Amino acid sequence: MQPASSYILSATGIDKIFPGAKALNRVDFSLRRGEVHALLGENGAGKSTLVKCLTGAYRRDGGRILVDGADVDPQSTLEAQNLGIGTVYQEVNLLSNLTVAENLFLGRQPKRFGLVDAREMNRRARALLAEYDLDIDVTAELAAYSVAVQQVVAIARAVDLSGKVLILDEPTASLDTHEVAMLFRIVRRLKERGLGIVFITHFLEQVYAISDRITVLRNGQLVGTRETADLPRRDLIAMMLGRELVQEVAGEHGAKGEAGPVRFRFRGFGRKGHIQPFDLDVGAGEVVGIAGLLGSGRTETAEILFGAERADSGTAERDGRTLDLSSPRAAIREKFGFCPEDRKVDGIVGDLSVRENIALALQARRGWARPISRGEQDRLADHYIKALDIRTSDREKPIKLLSGGNQQKAILARWLATNPDFLILDEPTRGIDVGAHAEIIRLIESLCEKGMSLIVISSELEELVAYSSRVIVLRDRAHVAELTGSAVTTDGIVEAIAASAGRADP
Amino acid sequence: MNPRYLPLTATIAIFLIAYAVCIAQYPNMLSTRVIGNLLTDNAFLGIAAVGMTFVILSGGIDLSIGAVIAFTGVLLAVLLQSTAIHPLAAFVLALAVTTAFGALMGAIIHHLEMPPFIVTLAGMFLARGMAFVLSIDSIPIKHPFYATLKSVYYKLPGGGRITLIGGLMLLVFAAGILIAHRTRFGANIYALGGGTATARLMGVPIGRTTVMIYALSGFLAGLSGIVFSLYTSAGYSLATVGVELDAIAAVVIGGTLLTGGSGFVAGTLVGILIQGLIQTYITFDGSLSSWWTKILIGLLLFAFILLQKGLILATDRRRRHA
Repeated sequence: MQPASSYILSATGIDKIFPGAKALNRVDFSLRRGEVHALLGENGAGKSTLVKCLTGAYRRDGGRILVDGADVDPQSTLEAQNLGIGTVYQEVNLLSNLTVAENLFLGRQPKRFGLVDAREMNRRARALLAEYDLDIDVTAELAAYSVAVQQVVAIARAVDLSGKVLILDEPTASLDTHEVAMLFRIVRRLKERGLGIVFITHFLEQVYAISDRITVLRNGQLVGTRETADLPRRDLIAMMLGRELVQEVAGEHGAKGEAGPVRFRFRGFGRKGHIQPFDLDVGAGEVVGIAGLLGSGRTETAEILFGAERADSGTAERDGRTLDLSSPRAAIREKFGFCPEDRKVDGIVGDLSVRENIALALQARRGWARPISRGEQDRLADHYIKALDIRTSDREKPIKLLSGGNQQKAILARWLATNPDFLILDEPTRGIDVGAHAEIIRLIESLCEKGMSLIVISSELEELVAYSSRVIVLRDRAHVAELTGSAVTTDGIVEAIAASAGRADP
Repeated sequence: MNPRYLPLTATIAIFLIAYAVCIAQYPNMLSTRVIGNLLTDNAFLGIAAVGMTFVILSGGIDLSIGAVIAFTGVLLAVLLQSTAIHPLAAFVLALAVTTAFGALMGAIIHHLEMPPFIVTLAGMFLARGMAFVLSIDSIPIKHPFYATLKSVYYKLPGGGRITLIGGLMLLVFAAGILIAHRTRFGANIYALGGGTATARLMGVPIGRTTVMIYALSGFLAGLSGIVFSLYTSAGYSLATVGVELDAIAAVVIGGTLLTGGSGFVAGTLVGILIQGLIQTYITFDGSLSSWWTKILIGLLLFAFILLQKGLILATDRRRRHA
């Protein structure tokens, strides 16, 4: 055996390239026997891509993966399973229409006289689950049980099938405190049996409660691997959100104009189970940044402001006049605009042309009875393609053929065409290259000079600091801090998140 | 009671109540003759519906079976008319053709990632067209072996007869139940119906299972075609139009979820019997238009869709409170 065999799994220099983006760039990751290794990073950092490369769901484009010191190249989840790598996902990992026993033994049911021996299968299922202190009716449909029980069944199946490496992909996202404790008992027991466990989550308390080591990814690159005991929470957050560029952008700080008088006033605005009621004032020509870790309520804030989720408490006013934000249609009528986080899902209509995508929101506001003439559409599209420097061969090109940054600019153009007074941008620079980054930031600054009110959500703290006059910090679906003036620094934001993250939550 | 048995229980209850109502009005309907005829008259539909049950359980649909039944009938008639080949050999040939046809559709559905609706719709036109190419006319089948097969029956007390084809249908149902619940293939069908992506993650061989499901449906449609040619002693390219829809109705009335993943082969048998019972009732009545069959089936289908929707909602709510 090689000396590296204290590692049950080791991946070196993993590359994964998607059309137009490098999802993983020479990432190293190693897992010891009997350790719980937390894999952390914001959305789009490359966690799930890395996991999918390890489990054979994706083929990697470069690098080596060693399991027990032997080179492996799993091409399917089945093959990875046979190599000893099992995965439990946050959801959709088992079939809720089958019984518990069928889920545990699908594809390897015990047979008798060539037929499936259901009695034997149920007996073995009960024995298997007894190891996890779970005494349930294995002949009932899986759907009859809570998510926590389903999660344990999934773990039992994965461990029984693979038995070396267990990858837990956000297993606790929908569990309550008690259920998390039960899950952690099981994880600790498996750890004692010598399994290597990869634990993905965005609950930092859980990371400190259970993990031995932490690896942080950011923008598809490895930030570092540390012993959990030697890594203070504050440093961990800094690793996740990054602040290497602080000095570079600090100079632009003064460029921000004076915020005008308060124009939009939200009081006690909130929705149960979504985001706790918050107060928010936004002036004309002001950029308010929203920061927080994944799942802290950033996108929920945007959705409620735009009426995508209806607020069940609070009021919204504009210059003292009450606003109707009960639906996106109503919000558009109030001259609101919203560029959502996942433009592939919520934003672009891939097969339509750049022109049609730009004209979409304006047409929606005018209603179908008053179509925008073709000449008008052409004029609009040409204007924004030039103004925002959207790189496309012509305005009739299907938008899906454009690069991420140009798609983002086209979406922005769609909302600018409606001439909004209040624009919400959710992660406007996610997944686009560095050059386009800077252009989007310049664009945000010029919009605010024109007197537009902007809300920008971003996990890139340097960016937030660069263009925001104020930053709201979120945690656990509530607005917990507001930084203004000279307090708006990446250090200040990291501090605010870390301070609030100290309070225990499952 | 486990909610997964509720639709099946409801179907059985409806059948028993309906039968009781029929008997109350026409006491003659309580005889083994009626039951024997019910089996014989619906044998071809029942056999095809078993295949349809598997397809629907997997989350798919097979619109080609009516056309395949007609094609099989015409193929047999033409073979027996113009060649000296023994009917048994013709049966084997027909089954091989229809099984391969089903397997091909399954392969297209899986490898080209096409919706089953479109692929089997194309298959429907193709099979119907092939039947027309073979012959436009209705061709009688006069082979003595057919007469022999038709004379085979098991006499029930009370004068009823389980004919060869009626018995064959019951055997097919028994085999279907065995496949669904006692084989890995059967478990894989349910797994597919529960969600293709998840099933793949759990290591179910999606491609092989899909091909096998549609091959099985093609095989049973072929068998149904043989039974239909025995039943009518003829092959006609315009026969059994819309049988696939009757089969789907039987499957849904039998308690199988149209979106796949939940249901029982045995339920389909009850679904077939309910349809047959309505027809028998109309025959006994004599004055009702036969379209009442369709109207009642329509109402029943609608009731079952509502029942299923209600069950799904109830299950969701229960889980949320769990």
